[in-house]
Amino acid sequence: MELEAQPFVINFGPSHPSTHGVFRLRTILDGEVIVDVEPIFGYLHRGIEKLAEGRTYVQNIPFTDRLDYLASMTANHGYVLAVEKLAGIEVPERAEYLRVIMSELMRISSHLMAIGFLTNELGAMMTPLLYMYREREKILDLFEMVCGQRLTYNYMRFGGVSHDIPREFLPAVKKFVREMPGFIDEYDQLLKENEIVLARTKGVGILPADVAINYSVSGPMLRASGVKWDIRKDDPYSVYDRFDFDIPTGSAGDIYDRYRQRIEEMRQSVRILEQAIQQIPPGEVCAKVPSLLRPPKGEVYARIEAPKGELGYYLVSDGSIAPYRFRVRPPALINLGVLRYMSRGWKIGDLITIFGSVDICVAEVDR
Amino acid sequence: MSVWEYIVDLFVNIRTDWIEWLQGFNLASSLIILLDSLIGIILMLIFVFPIVIIFIWLERRFIAWMQLRPGPNRCGPFGLLQPIADAIKTLIKELIMPAKGDKLVHWLAPVVLFFSGLMLFAVIPIGKGHLGALADLNIGILYIVAIGSLSVTAIFMAGWSSNNKFALLGAMRAVAQLVSYEVPMVLSIVGVVLIVGSLQMSEIVGQQSYPFILVQPLGCFIFFIGAMAELNRSPMDQIEAESELTTGYFTEYSGMKFATFFLGEYIGTLAIATIVTTLFLGGWKGPFLPVWFWFVFKVFAVFLVILWMRATLIRVRIDQIMAFSWKFLLPMALINIFITAAEVLIWDKWMSGWESFPWPFIFVNWAIAVVLILLWSKIFFKLGGGRVEVGEVRPGYSQGYGADLQAPVS
Repeated sequence: MELEAQPFVINFGPSHPSTHGVFRLRTILDGEVIVDVEPIFGYLHRGIEKLAEGRTYVQNIPFTDRLDYLASMTANHGYVLAVEKLAGIEVPERAEYLRVIMSELMRISSHLMAIGFLTNELGAMMTPLLYMYREREKILDLFEMVCGQRLTYNYMRFGGVSHDIPREFLPAVKKFVREMPGFIDEYDQLLKENEIVLARTKGVGILPADVAINYSVSGPMLRASGVKWDIRKDDPYSVYDRFDFDIPTGSAGDIYDRYRQRIEEMRQSVRILEQAIQQIPPGEVCAKVPSLLRPPKGEVYARIEAPKGELGYYLVSDGSIAPYRFRVRPPALINLGVLRYMSRGWKIGDLITIFGSVDICVAEVDR
Repeated sequence: MSVWEYIVDLFVNIRTDWIEWLQGFNLASSLIILLDSLIGIILMLIFVFPIVIIFIWLERRFIAWMQLRPGPNRCGPFGLLQPIADAIKTLIKELIMPAKGDKLVHWLAPVVLFFSGLMLFAVIPIGKGHLGALADLNIGILYIVAIGSLSVTAIFMAGWSSNNKFALLGAMRAVAQLVSYEVPMVLSIVGVVLIVGSLQMSEIVGQQSYPFILVQPLGCFIFFIGAMAELNRSPMDQIEAESELTTGYFTEYSGMKFATFFLGEYIGTLAIATIVTTLFLGGWKGPFLPVWFWFVFKVFAVFLVILWMRATLIRVRIDQIMAFSWKFLLPMALINIFITAAEVLIWDKWMSGWESFPWPFIFVNWAIAVVLILLWSKIFFKLGGGRVEVGEVRPGYSQGYGADLQAPVS
């Protein structure tokens, strides 16, 4: 007699300890092995793209904060860049430097969270995460010093930033830059050559370079697969062409490489910060821009290297005070497309860690 | 007998006095044994429950300290009353029963886990001589092995009766993992039994003029690792696996049932710590201070090592954990038995007996342990597993977002 076998379907989420928000992974299992996985999202959909069409350009800046709340400064940066390109606004040099400083601090903070949550999903009892929170708190303190906020900053404006930095900000950044490499070494001590970390991450969830390109993956995930593509170098925006920094790349494209990639990028960000605080010129922080902006008719696409990948904004203007179309290219959502390819055939524990190594923020995926 | 002498071996002295007092009444001997076990059980519970409550508090404070955060510090001085606050909170929560679960088994599972943990303490000596343990069985170790493996049943009962896929997965993992780790754990005890020549717990402690960890480093290592797996403690917490299976087999438990599970796990941890203390660290033996102090001190030392591992290491994958048991621990345990047996033979034949301090064997065994672990981990043992080839999914299972599962196409 042949027994009728049914596939074991299990839903990780929508509310699950390691889904980074409200997210659902519909998984078909064969014992412990993942046969198929289907990400189902939309639980956090707020219709930001549609809402933005009914508000003025300036009023949309706070919306961008709420896209990827772990990296709101870079989300701001991409949007103001798009509007400036649309309206042809010149940005003072000091403001550009401030934007770079904020973006790089944000990148460090976002990568810290990515690695911290990855170790949590590997099964650490919060310890690495809490060590990384310690440094993230310092970055948040810096942001609070500048704009009074710790999560949604709403700091950047068309033509510059909302206000100048306080006097004690640059020395504080200098202190942070001096200390940070030591802290990164500390994380390495705990994780880099840990036998269990190696066993769990080496060779797991491999993403070959050609597949990564075909799936339009970007950011640290793409670079961990060995593709040297960084918008800061390849399509420089702001003043990134004035800094001397490298683009680290991985080779195998497994979870371990993605983790190493983020660590190396933090080191490079520290290097950029070091140069930026030395070079920063005095002067205005915001150009004269009318408070009710009416960009000329046209469309524009601007992109930046956000911590999670290529964050793009596509704006269409009909000459009125509100954008006719406001479209975000969310790096996390597009990186997520490759999840099924990476996790089929691995075990449940690997699915969770592969998912963690993609580093998504559900607020950005659902928008 | 001075007060100090009375305190030094408190447990045994109270029991001796009680038995003497009972004998004055001219009772039947079976009744005396019954009443004697009664006071023994009460004393044992007085020993177990405060330590478990301190364990719960210590776990949170110690791990918080390792994680650069204050930990619970609102209830009482240093948050000492936190376990009581937790207990009250869990007691007043609603008991939720899954709609299609098995009610009786669901209710019974935490009880089985709780009592199987508690029963282990019956044979653990916390005082000198035969009266040191509640029941000094002549097959003490065998009793521990037998009762200790009952927890698998409880965990599987919980996972099965919950009618929850996470719980079922956790329970399946539990059966695979706990049964595998039972084997090297039992084999690692054999080394100690060979040296002592008895299965009796009081005899094992009595013969430890030096802690057996000195002559049995490999056995101690294997037993400790196996015990960590038995306890579902990180890095072997596959069964609970918070980030994967939410909480594994007790996902569907709430209220007092959950609290019983929780307490049962801590009782299990305490039991393992006491067993390690008894077998490898010299049990209640120690200079100057009362015997119960030494016992509790060693138990806490073992517990802190368990916590330290929990705060530092990440979880091992399920196939790696099974490979580790069968390909790493089991051969090591067998080699350990072989070496110990040879040494016992040599010692009995040419030297005066195990009572004196066996210097040569301490050096030899430590060297063998270090070399074996290094060799095995670097050369012979590679964590296997990895990706499995899976075919394309048959159409109808995963079509469209949110589509419900369709019946298989035959």
